[in-house]
Amino acid sequence: MNHKQDSDEEWLFEIKPKNKFFELNLKEVWQYRDLLTLFVKRDIVTVYKQTVLGPLWYLIQPLLTSLIFTIIFNSVAGINTGSTPPFLFNLAGITIWNYFTSCLNDTSDTFKKNAAIFGKVYFPRVIMPISIVISNLLKFGIQFTIFIGFYIYFYIKGAEISLNEYTLLFPLLIIIMGFLGLGLGMIISSLVTKYRDFSYLVSFGVQLLMYLSAVMYPMALIVDKIPKYAWVVRYNPLAYVIESTRFMLLNVGEITLLGLLYTSVVTVIVFFVGLLVFNKTEKSFIDTV
Amino acid sequence: MSKNIILKAENISKQYRLGQVGTGTISHDLNRWWHQIRGKENPYLKIGDTNDRSIVGSSDYVWALKDINFEVERGEVLGIIGKNGAGKSTLLKILSRVTAPTTGGVKTKGRIASLLEVGTGFHPELTGRENIYLNGAILGMSKNEITRKLDEIIDFSGVERYIDTPVKRYSSGMYVRLAFAVAAHLESEVLIVDEVLSVGDAEFQKKCLSKMGDISKGEGRTVLFVSHNMPSVKSLCNKGILLEHGKIIKDDKIDEVITKYMTNDEISSFEYENNECGLKSFEILNSKGVQSINISNGEDLTMILTLEIKKANPDFGFCIAIYNEYEELITAINSYHINEKIINLKRGQYSLNVVVPKYVFNTGLYTVNFHFNSISGVIYKKMERITAFNIYDDGYRRGNKYSGLWPGKVSIIPNIYINETA
Repeated sequence: MNHKQDSDEEWLFEIKPKNKFFELNLKEVWQYRDLLTLFVKRDIVTVYKQTVLGPLWYLIQPLLTSLIFTIIFNSVAGINTGSTPPFLFNLAGITIWNYFTSCLNDTSDTFKKNAAIFGKVYFPRVIMPISIVISNLLKFGIQFTIFIGFYIYFYIKGAEISLNEYTLLFPLLIIIMGFLGLGLGMIISSLVTKYRDFSYLVSFGVQLLMYLSAVMYPMALIVDKIPKYAWVVRYNPLAYVIESTRFMLLNVGEITLLGLLYTSVVTVIVFFVGLLVFNKTEKSFIDTV
Repeated sequence: MSKNIILKAENISKQYRLGQVGTGTISHDLNRWWHQIRGKENPYLKIGDTNDRSIVGSSDYVWALKDINFEVERGEVLGIIGKNGAGKSTLLKILSRVTAPTTGGVKTKGRIASLLEVGTGFHPELTGRENIYLNGAILGMSKNEITRKLDEIIDFSGVERYIDTPVKRYSSGMYVRLAFAVAAHLESEVLIVDEVLSVGDAEFQKKCLSKMGDISKGEGRTVLFVSHNMPSVKSLCNKGILLEHGKIIKDDKIDEVITKYMTNDEISSFEYENNECGLKSFEILNSKGVQSINISNGEDLTMILTLEIKKANPDFGFCIAIYNEYEELITAINSYHINEKIINLKRGQYSLNVVVPKYVFNTGLYTVNFHFNSISGVIYKKMERITAFNIYDDGYRRGNKYSGLWPGKVSIIPNIYINETA
């Protein structure tokens, strides 16, 4: 009697061995939205405690990288950026590229870095990488501000740069970069819990990827110089984002709606695969990490 | 009547792989995956040793938990006890959703908040106030809930003065106080607490214990409490489960479970030089002559020992040592001091009744050690914790006026003679 009654009762939730194949539990993430904002706040507030230069560190890295790229690739190797100042050309690519890599790098060790806290208390794990992607927006914002500064400087000096109607789509590129970084980061963080090999792969893989993503050269150049291998860059969704960024901000290079559509589709797929893998891992990663 | 069950564990099992993650792991993973896509059962679930760390097992897989079933009613405080490695932490991890069970599941009707550690997620650079918000949110509270309880939390922690100082400047005691204060104000229906009370000074520990009591008794919330500290388990919990090698070996009222836990050694025969003598059994009876582990302080306690003597030995004795729950020796009963005759027992089997009169032991848990020894004091065979018993208060001394814990290690009712001298 009693037993039968039990089975009819309403249970709030069940803890079971495995998730259903696709279970996102977005409702739960929404319940923990306060935690998300607190994590973002924590990341932003604590990152510069006890540093002298503070957020200036965010500026030094892209500026020096752009400077070196300009010297090596444009002055020494002679890559032609047309009428656009090479420094601004590089800075545009590096700024958006940095947002992607910081999202990827910071999310890819989510499980490993937070093992202590994940091992003690439950909350939807996905809150952690999402908060990283959001707080990295601040870093991107600072770097983008310095880009705008140089943009105005070069504009006043009379460089041939201009915005166009596509500039309005720029926020879409930021979102794509965020979600791509998040998706890939979640996949890698899940793999790293069991096989540490992947964390080595990320650090040098990202560097290699930069060369394949048209960060320091226009896309047309690679098609022109090595048409046989240009497909590597053509099929790389990141290359489209970089190329489109420069088109939207500097009116240089090419933009294809098909390319953007392709990039968006890849991003959505990567993001959902990431969520799936991440959700599967979060249930028992603490046993293997 | 139907029971108001808030949490139900059904056949929880948890398998762990031993050794290191390496090349062997990937082949097992592939094999598991190959079985899975063919719709077959995970091949590694069939194998696995029970969880006994002292024995070298034959398999790489062990069951940290195996077929755990229990129910918890609303408002109940369930004590989970067991030795190190019995599976307590694994069980808590599953209940607090930190890790998933290999098979089986848990059903619950309330929010579960777990306190496996105090101060999870505290950031050293943030101030006390900021950390209250962060830690509270990690434990599942909303911002509004925390704001509503902020004053209460700060007040409970007793660190008002430092609340806007980064917690890295805190002493470890202040840190723990603040952390526990947040946790104590969680509003979940089920609260899981792992030995967090072993931190902080005595005063704060007392405060924590009484807060835990309030949570369960006053607010009617359910608490699952894990600790090695039997006095606090006994005072907080009303039910208990005892884990051993990943299995529940006792699920009962807390006193019974603690007594079982405290009873350690199997009674074993003494095999010294041609198996001269042995202890066959050791039982504790109440004043009605019924075997029991719950004895009132107002009744005689009888210990019945069955001894077997295979060879008479004048240089032979035994000792019963009784310890309280703080592991303090309360009394030792030695055969020489009871009766000279025992030493000269002839070959045969004997039953000894050792009667401890009423009003000797104060309330609490006691364990019994037994050993055979020689007159000169050489211990031949030591049996630790062969049994345990619980003394409860009969209320006689109190006269229904005082309801607190009766202080002292013994409970003597002295004779008091009053002579008027002036």
